[in-house]
Amino acid sequence: MLYGYGGKNLWIDLFTQSYETSATDEYMAEKYLGGRGFTAYLEYTYTKPGIKPLSDDNHLYIASGPLSGSLVTGAGKVEIGAKSTLTGGYGDSNMGGHIASEMKFAGYDLITLKGNSEKPTVILINNDKVTFQNASHLWGKGALESEALLKKQFGEDYQFMVIGPAGENLIRFACINHDFGRQAGRAGMGTLMGYKKVKAIGIKGSKGFPLKDPARVLELGKKMYSDTRNKPGYRYWTDYGTPGVVRWVNENTAFPTKNFFTSFMEGYESLAGEVMREKIVVTDKGCFGCPTPCGKYSHVVLGEKDVYVEGPEYETIALLGGNLLLKDIKEVAYLNYVLDDLGLDTISGGNVLAFAIEALEKGVIKESDIGRKVGWGDVEGLVHLSEMIARKQGIGELLAMGVKEASKALGGGSQDYAMEIKGMEISGYESRYAPAMMLSYMTADVGAHHNRAWAVTYDVQKGRDKLEDKAKRVIELQHIRPLFDALGVCRLQWVEIGLTLQHYAPLFEAITGREYSWDNLLKISEKIWNLTRVYWFREVPGFGRGWDWPPKRWYAEPIPDGPAKGQLISEDKLNYLLDDYYTLRGWDKEGLPSVDKLKELELDFVVEDLKKRGFYQY
Amino acid sequence: MEKMTIKNDLCSGCRACELVCALNKLLENNPTKAALKVEGVFPKPGKYYVNYCKQCGNCAEVCPTLALYKDEGVFKLKKELCTSCYLCVDACPKQVLFINKDTNLPLKCDWCRDCSVVCAHEAITFLEEA
Repeated sequence: MLYGYGGKNLWIDLFTQSYETSATDEYMAEKYLGGRGFTAYLEYTYTKPGIKPLSDDNHLYIASGPLSGSLVTGAGKVEIGAKSTLTGGYGDSNMGGHIASEMKFAGYDLITLKGNSEKPTVILINNDKVTFQNASHLWGKGALESEALLKKQFGEDYQFMVIGPAGENLIRFACINHDFGRQAGRAGMGTLMGYKKVKAIGIKGSKGFPLKDPARVLELGKKMYSDTRNKPGYRYWTDYGTPGVVRWVNENTAFPTKNFFTSFMEGYESLAGEVMREKIVVTDKGCFGCPTPCGKYSHVVLGEKDVYVEGPEYETIALLGGNLLLKDIKEVAYLNYVLDDLGLDTISGGNVLAFAIEALEKGVIKESDIGRKVGWGDVEGLVHLSEMIARKQGIGELLAMGVKEASKALGGGSQDYAMEIKGMEISGYESRYAPAMMLSYMTADVGAHHNRAWAVTYDVQKGRDKLEDKAKRVIELQHIRPLFDALGVCRLQWVEIGLTLQHYAPLFEAITGREYSWDNLLKISEKIWNLTRVYWFREVPGFGRGWDWPPKRWYAEPIPDGPAKGQLISEDKLNYLLDDYYTLRGWDKEGLPSVDKLKELELDFVVEDLKKRGFYQY
Repeated sequence: MEKMTIKNDLCSGCRACELVCALNKLLENNPTKAALKVEGVFPKPGKYYVNYCKQCGNCAEVCPTLALYKDEGVFKLKKELCTSCYLCVDACPKQVLFINKDTNLPLKCDWCRDCSVVCAHEAITFLEEA
């Protein structure tokens, strides 16, 4: 028996609206754990190579982890993976809430959506029973509105994943929404769900799953919760959540401001966690099993608008606040609501909107393309433009491709300020004065996303001019942080509260019965990292070093003002960072993992596959 | 004597209390078998409620075999006397007396306090009665 797992995989065929189940693969559980380990392994081995992201063959994988749904702090993280519709490379997106736990209570470690539905569909999973419901009445409706209607129709005890119009209309950075405010935001997972014509997936489970040593889980789990509560950082974090870092990021000049033009926002105090709590928050909102809920649920009245929204969390404040110069937390929250309901990722969305305003200022886009004036800090104009994007109206159709493709099409020098790496828009840390964070973005395996290695704190601690040891720390973080995504739990109790990592391996053993040291687990994480890397090489012709390069603004334009004025990481320094990183990883000058490294990580099947495709011929 | 106290406005809906309850009572990892239940009301007004046993004693009053008895302010179940008639389940005004489908016995909160241990937010606490 597989302890700690739901035990089954659910394979849904949308062409025939049918399904089958299989036992969870013990080899996969042992070698790849779950969550991100499963999505990486399946994208490489099960999804056909060379397919277009928007095609019938691109399966959507939903994977919980072995710690999801058990008495471990933050046990509510699910990984959703597929070939990315935004980047064309390895894609996954991690989401909190109650999906990971609920699918395990229903008996599933993995749910795979294959093929496409002809008509808009809701997939309803109630333990062993799976049904396909007509979703025509919801098609075109907002994600938040649809979730409320679905709960009314099918029952409050279903946990839903829902897309908005952006997913339906195949906007490349469409997200999946859940629980009125949690999102699998990145890499276009909502886009693929829209392509499959799946408006929503509802899951309800009451079966639970087996633990190897439940009494020990009870004992260790209670201690983990008590230790979390007793940490000094607990109170502040719980009161303010991720918006609590707005002040720190500005004080340390890493706040994306005005399309990453600068690193510090005058008046950022009005977006700080304390202000938000006082002005708009109505309740804390935790994911499954979370003792430190960063989710803040808000009620916003702005003119005639009266809305409820979870958030804004830090990334949204950075990309819709700083990056668009919205200085009122209510305006940020309202735009957050609009993007959530449309089903647009707020990080990519904030980037695309900022890019559009700068392109408008520079004459690359014209006012007539948008049909009205839109400027920095102009919430009404930004709402208008967001709707144009989600519905592919006018210039919205071009912007819907993301800043990389939009800037390519627009030309006029706009690629210099299209803030993306590997086609993914950069998340909330301006990195021209933070080499480790810069390297983290350059090498993140889905594109420029912060969650793989939040290294900006290391820059601040160890010296912001210093390049030495930055690559080493980024690699360490890239193994530790994504490991949480394979285990199906949240990392924030460790990152933010300082809970020691020693809690995890004993609980893992009590839950699964498998004795892995923390180092064993990190080795698995390194294997997953290398697997996602080779996926890019296999799937993207010409992939290599150039794909790890940041946009020109980040290496050619010094920060123009504020406390970090004049700072820049030159191309020479970027090369130093990348060389150091590749060498430490056992990768060549283009960033291709060596045969020895892959074999050390038991990725022999990858070596064989890549050799057949002409790699390693020299 | 300490009394179980709920502050709904501090609940963030994480369900750790349900999870630990089922682990404590049944050694099962299944929050749907817990003797308390967290419910959210979303999108409006955005609130959570904890349904829990206040030890009102309605269950004991209707028990025909006296299987439910009071022990230091807490109503507990003598399993050997229970006939699984479930009159207690019907009588519970908060609907927090559940049937354990594996044993066919009612599952009754006995104020073990584990829920308060994992409720870091202190929505569930045990306070000295005024």
